[in-house]
Amino acid sequence: MAEPIVTYQDVHKSFGDVEVLKGIDLDIYPAEKVAVIGPSGSGKTTIIRLLMTLEQPTAGDIIVDGRNLWKMEKNGKWVHANENHLRSIRGDIGMVFQHFNLFPHMTILENCMTAPIHVKNEEKNDVKKRSIEMLERVGLGDKLDNYPSQLSGGQKQRVAMARALVMRPKIMLFDEVTSALDPELVGEVLNVIRDIAENDDMAMVLVTHEMDFALDIADKVLFLDEGVIAEQGTASEVIEHSENPRVQSFLQRFRG
Amino acid sequence: MNLNYWSWDTFFDALPVILQGLGITIGLTFASYLFALIFGFLWTFLRRIPNRFVHFIVTWTMEFIRSTPPLVQLFFIYYALPVIPYIGISLHPFACAVLGLGIHFSTYIGEIYRSGIENVDKGQWEASTALNISTWDKWRKIILPQAIPPTIPMLGNYFIIMFKEVPLASTIGVAGIMLLARSYGAENWSYLEPLTIVGIIFLVLSYPSAVLIKKLENRFNKRFHKNQIMKDKGAMQ
Repeated sequence: MAEPIVTYQDVHKSFGDVEVLKGIDLDIYPAEKVAVIGPSGSGKTTIIRLLMTLEQPTAGDIIVDGRNLWKMEKNGKWVHANENHLRSIRGDIGMVFQHFNLFPHMTILENCMTAPIHVKNEEKNDVKKRSIEMLERVGLGDKLDNYPSQLSGGQKQRVAMARALVMRPKIMLFDEVTSALDPELVGEVLNVIRDIAENDDMAMVLVTHEMDFALDIADKVLFLDEGVIAEQGTASEVIEHSENPRVQSFLQRFRG
Repeated sequence: MNLNYWSWDTFFDALPVILQGLGITIGLTFASYLFALIFGFLWTFLRRIPNRFVHFIVTWTMEFIRSTPPLVQLFFIYYALPVIPYIGISLHPFACAVLGLGIHFSTYIGEIYRSGIENVDKGQWEASTALNISTWDKWRKIILPQAIPPTIPMLGNYFIIMFKEVPLASTIGVAGIMLLARSYGAENWSYLEPLTIVGIIFLVLSYPSAVLIKKLENRFNKRFHKNQIMKDKGAMQ
């Protein structure tokens, strides 16, 4: 197998006195689809927030495409990464949030176009063309000039995915993207994720409670429990053959 | 009814004289307000510097400026500042007034900006980071366009409050309507009519402005309310 695109090396994260991640070691390969499951408060979301640079690890290293994300070399010494360093790596990573976080003062087309134009200095017409293509792909080609407040939750989440895709990341992170949606709107969002998973060659990390869906599309499943990866492997390895009692009891609650 | 203490002749004699100062009064209001709007940003951003020492200094400087009467500040800038060695500069009264009123009110304006910025959802910052938007563009394109519009009614209120503080500048010799009314009174030994005129001018100008701002406020409240309902609906769906 190729070199991993992301490597976590003994990553720890504490919030105050609470240690949320207690030593995470993890490889994510290009185009790999990773599902992160586990009970609430097990640190699932924190894992991807560290990679998106929304939180800073307390200890350990995260390597993205051969470069240390949170540390940089300066005069022969390793120092804490500055904003320029983070920005140079962050462009490879995209994220979709639980609460969409669309920009409410922009139309959905502007939501998609803002970052490529200002961050990557791309030609406006190219970006516009690509943004429209993406919005059509997620089924919102007829809403280009609508504002986020005029859309349903499921539509907002699809815009958020289009917005992230326009940036052409190598790694896409999904943070419980269906948790804030009404049950009948979950399907339309999952369909888009499935479409991305099947047709795009970027790596994907999904933190999710949609167990069946995650197990269906994932190449690798991580079961996180109390800040450590308690189990990892293919879906069938984790579900059918895990002897970890925590995994069993967690899955049982979902299977009813 | 005997009105021999009031003379319409004096009133109409004084009116054109005093109105000559209206341009200065209004000009000073706008100039100080503009200064305060710009300087307010400076306070807001200085307070965001993640250094406890800087934060302490900035917070207490703002507190000091707010807790001192603007009249004292004007006198200080006009009379005391020029005699301080090295940094002392002697400014035209109008410039002193812009500086004094502008700095005083910038501390309030800065607080308004701060509240606007704090009301922007945390998710907006995170989405900007996730899209790798630079700090500069984050403020310019994402945060401030959401933070400032809801504060416009409050900023408008400060405009009117400031307008009513502008007569303070007459004490350092800015020839607005207040100074002209006082000198007319001194020359003619009659203060009642000229000062009544000043009062009427302020009423005529600030009441409609207040109504306008109230309207603006209602419009923003309505819009915000509507957005809020849609947001809740969206979150439920």
